[in-house]
Amino acid sequence: MRVTFTANGKPVEADDVWEGESLLYVLRERVGLPGSKNACEQGECGSCTVYLDDVPVCSCLVAAGQVQDRQVRTVEGLADEESGELGLVQQAFIDAGAVQCGFCTPGLLVQTDALLDRDPQPSDTDIREALSGNLCRCTGYEKIMDAVRLASARTCQKAGTQA
Amino acid sequence: MEFLRPATWDEALAAKAEYPTALPIAGGTDVMVEMNFDVHRPSALLDLNRLTELTEWTIEGEVVKLGASVPYSRIIDELSGPLPGLARAAHTVGSPQIRNRGGVGGNLGGASPAGDSHPALLAAGRDVFVEVASQARGTRMIAIDDFYVGVKRNSMEPDELIRRVHIPVADGPQEFSKIGTRNAMVIAVAAFGFALHPKNHTVGTGIGSAAPTPRRAVEAEEYLQGVLAERGLWESGALLGTEVIQRFGELVKAAASPIDDVRGTADYRRHTLAVMARRTLTWCWNDYSKQIRSAA
Amino acid sequence: MSARTIAGQKNLQDINQASKDGIGGSPLRPDGILKVKGEFAYSSDLWHEDMLWGMALRSPHPRAKIIGVDISEALKTPGVYAVMTHEDIPGAKFYGLEIRDQPALAIDKVRYHGEAIALVAADHPETARRAVKKIKVEYEVLTPITTEEQCLDPETYGYVHEPHEYKSHGYGNICHEQKLVSGLGVTDEVRALADVIVSGEYEVGMQDQAFLGPESGLAVPAEDGGIDLYIATQWLHVDREQMAPVLGLPEEKVRLTLAGVGGAFGGREDISMQIHACLLALRTGKPVKIVYARDESFFGHVHRHPAKMRYEHGATRDGKLVFADCRIVLDGGAYASASPAVVGNAASLGHGPYVIPNVKMHAIALYSNNPSCGAMRGFGAVQAAFGYESQMDKLAEALGMDPVELRQLNAMSEGDYMPTGQQIDSPAPVAELLQRVKDMPLPPPLDLTDLDVRQLPGALSNTSHGEGIVRGIGYSVGIKNVGFSEGFDDYSTARVRLEVIGGEPVAMVHTAMAEVGQGGITVHAQIARTELGVEQVTIHPANTEVGSAGSTSASRQTYMTGGAVKLAAEAVKQALIEKGRKRYGWTQTDLDLVGGKVVSESGGALVSMVDLLGDEAIDLTREHHHRPTQAFDKETGQGFGHVQYTFCANRAVVDVDVELGLVKVVELTAAQDVGKALNPLSVVGQIQGGCTQALGLAVMEEIIVKDGKVRNASFTDYLIPTILDTPPIPVDVLELPDPNAPYGLRGVGEAPTVSATPSIVAAIRQATGIALNRIPVRPEHLTGTL
Repeated sequence: MRVTFTANGKPVEADDVWEGESLLYVLRERVGLPGSKNACEQGECGSCTVYLDDVPVCSCLVAAGQVQDRQVRTVEGLADEESGELGLVQQAFIDAGAVQCGFCTPGLLVQTDALLDRDPQPSDTDIREALSGNLCRCTGYEKIMDAVRLASARTCQKAGTQA
Repeated sequence: MEFLRPATWDEALAAKAEYPTALPIAGGTDVMVEMNFDVHRPSALLDLNRLTELTEWTIEGEVVKLGASVPYSRIIDELSGPLPGLARAAHTVGSPQIRNRGGVGGNLGGASPAGDSHPALLAAGRDVFVEVASQARGTRMIAIDDFYVGVKRNSMEPDELIRRVHIPVADGPQEFSKIGTRNAMVIAVAAFGFALHPKNHTVGTGIGSAAPTPRRAVEAEEYLQGVLAERGLWESGALLGTEVIQRFGELVKAAASPIDDVRGTADYRRHTLAVMARRTLTWCWNDYSKQIRSAA
Repeated sequence: MSARTIAGQKNLQDINQASKDGIGGSPLRPDGILKVKGEFAYSSDLWHEDMLWGMALRSPHPRAKIIGVDISEALKTPGVYAVMTHEDIPGAKFYGLEIRDQPALAIDKVRYHGEAIALVAADHPETARRAVKKIKVEYEVLTPITTEEQCLDPETYGYVHEPHEYKSHGYGNICHEQKLVSGLGVTDEVRALADVIVSGEYEVGMQDQAFLGPESGLAVPAEDGGIDLYIATQWLHVDREQMAPVLGLPEEKVRLTLAGVGGAFGGREDISMQIHACLLALRTGKPVKIVYARDESFFGHVHRHPAKMRYEHGATRDGKLVFADCRIVLDGGAYASASPAVVGNAASLGHGPYVIPNVKMHAIALYSNNPSCGAMRGFGAVQAAFGYESQMDKLAEALGMDPVELRQLNAMSEGDYMPTGQQIDSPAPVAELLQRVKDMPLPPPLDLTDLDVRQLPGALSNTSHGEGIVRGIGYSVGIKNVGFSEGFDDYSTARVRLEVIGGEPVAMVHTAMAEVGQGGITVHAQIARTELGVEQVTIHPANTEVGSAGSTSASRQTYMTGGAVKLAAEAVKQALIEKGRKRYGWTQTDLDLVGGKVVSESGGALVSMVDLLGDEAIDLTREHHHRPTQAFDKETGQGFGHVQYTFCANRAVVDVDVELGLVKVVELTAAQDVGKALNPLSVVGQIQGGCTQALGLAVMEEIIVKDGKVRNASFTDYLIPTILDTPPIPVDVLELPDPNAPYGLRGVGEAPTVSATPSIVAAIRQATGIALNRIPVRPEHLTGTL
């Protein structure tokens, strides 16, 4: 079947999609967006997290046909489209040393982006709850906590200067 | 394999009539795992995402009519007041991302004994109904006690789809506890839902992951209802006493018939049910007592 | 004032201050931007025009004879390009890391659940899956050999490998063994010297590396008849060494390039899909990609050896250790993998960082029909640490001593001897590390008046509002070796090139080191900056065009390949200075490269590197060999076996719901000596990550194998710690230089994984009063419901 949807603001089209394919597979193998990762494909690791109509979901658990005519935003859509400048959360993850192998990073970035969008100043426990569906095997999560705190501080600072 | 994308409820029923073996998919949080790991190859996937009515809820009279696809995250955010037990259970489902997609309809359709909604739905009372429909026979209401019939089997016909669940608005405290060997993202090793229904002087229980189907601890309910009535506790809100709480826990434990598996032993499951029953009863009763005292 | 006239000393200081990205700094990862943009190409992200998907058929039985394999139906499936069995292998049929005992595809029998039997290449993963299901295999199913008792009685239960099939020194179903005796050994006479004797039996479950990036890669057939493989691995050259004979190709025609690696932890030390993808690519003439799904990943790599251990310790009344005896049985599973080296580690490190005058040890690895086990972070030292640290707590209790004081009383330090007879010839601050974790402030007690269920055991599952919760504190310390041991020369190669690009001196570092996330490439760039006085460093993709870098394992890469980069950069520096001497006739002996210039400490800057280099590039390659080690004596275990030792101490604070048996680790403190922190941010990240894997082993991680069958090959049932399971991990880094190592550094990655598990178990014991002798600790252990 053919599936057309919007990925990171651009219309995309995939042909000959097998009906059982996931959104994750279509993104990675058919429309050139391999940033979302294939670590477990059972909704247990969060590394494939993308925005589907502004809601963060595991793209491995969305059937390709379900995204017809819908909006998808992936890790590739977090940086500024024109300048290529990193998003605030992306920069914070690098600065805090939250990236080791990096396989969990794309999902964590999207999930953190969504968290700070909802609550720019989450408590540590709120951060842990929000990221509890994103497994990381390298860092022990401490630097990830640092990264989210840093991104939160910068978000608030930015909001402050803009206000 | 076909991919069916009905735009309306009637189209969905027509599709299900035409393809009775089609697998409905909404949040995909169960279905896609089976697809990705080649557990299941249905003749068709029947996508319910376009049916916006399935993601709506209303309160009519004293009943919440909860669309089958209202995601757990919205149940937590929007229905913690009228459905506290279910909202508690929803909060234990998978991860935040899963809670953004999955809904009660999927739990009911899959009818896994480990589904987190079931104990809360059972505890919410005997007047919880699953509203299903088929093109041929229209809508029918299945009482929750008649819904679960076997391991991963429910009482639906192949041409039926779940539209809504009718759940009475809570009239007393409700709790839900679940055991997992990790502090997040676990499938229940055992789960327990408990509710006080002061209006009709009943209590509700629900056991998950400890029997072939989700089930009610009937004797425990009857025992507790008896004690509450005999001692006038609904009116007084007085202390239950250790003995009652203990006995309730033992009866809940006795209602289970769990198995040993990789997630836990049968003995452990039984043990935790007794503990969870005691604790959830205590929490609910403390809340209830407070309400009585503050009303007095 | 021109730069030339500035006094040398000041000039150097200024420039040094400007160069913050050399060693000791924490510059950002060179791959970080790509990784946060989703543009870093992991091995599963690769794509090639006309690419096929490869897939393996795996055995559902742990032990069976293969009577026949019928591939005809699979071959007929539209979209299928090839189906292969062992009969289609062009070269050698076996491979293996240490012993070549594993068939690339099963030949006439299968020895473990999940063993690959046949391969399919097809145009879509679903086509491949359907075709795999059409391959008909007729089995004669045999009773698997899975327990120690069965393995050690081959006359009754049979052989995993028939005696004539052994390719090493194994016998019976024993893959490898190592004995060790020091002092007087352990005899009744020695036992009589002790006032207190404690013994215990301990068991460790099978842990999985559970790296997030599944095994994957892309094999592209080349015009010269060879193959190019883009692969996530820990050691390119040893992969090639095993692959080339099976593919029937000379090594130079098997070219490997490192693709992005999504974690490794030992699980990529062995071959997984490398040979299979290349076989299919060579057969079809098309690029073939293989990506394991998570369930297949559990079958596709080796795991941490499960262990059964018996320990006996004797001490004087005042707590001085008199003797220690141990027998460690490791289940190596169906194929050898790294079992021999794991046994060597278990035997030589299995009595911990303690001075013990009389020691006995017997470590063995069995062949069985369980999943193969091999390398995982901590490598033989992890299992033993649970044993000896449990014993230390038991001994402390028996003596009525503080468990930390008992450890400190017996802690080894520089100048002491290992039970192998090897003298510790660099700092070994075991007692100090323990003191440091003990002295760190404790987390505040649980505040039940301000309750947040998310901070309690069970968290969101809402199992307790404070009921049943008891806090416990535990301590532990561990020892790990760094680098390959027992006489193995695991050298590393590095090539460094210096040239002017865009008017600036730029260094390029080229090694075959597998960057698996640890940050080795960051450190390589730092070393090049420090040695060459440049700011711009590029990292060449790792591949087999340069010599071996050895494995990214054994905590060795910064030491070994970092050391090679240092040597190569020093050589480039000398060549550049020599060039200047020839051109300018310099006679100074205090020349160095700083801030893009050649400087003399006494005379200041002499010339810019840009001017001196001109159009020329200096391009040199060096090998770094660590000091030689010796094999352990087979019977006595004596020998200078290890390159370097590393130590970590932990304190764990846990809250246990003692009624439900649920555990929440509240805090896990670590103190580790790293010699020299080349990149402090990465060092701390390694320690925290290592502690968290240890936490997983303590309370949740186990591959459950019943009668040889894996029961939980998924992330639904093989649980690894989430961010809600992982506590704050304060880290205290000590830097006592090792004079034998480059910059004085000490390998970092594994020590915390060795040491942290027992501290958590000790804390749970303290909270519950239950003698826990098996990890992972399950709720059933704590509630008597097993």
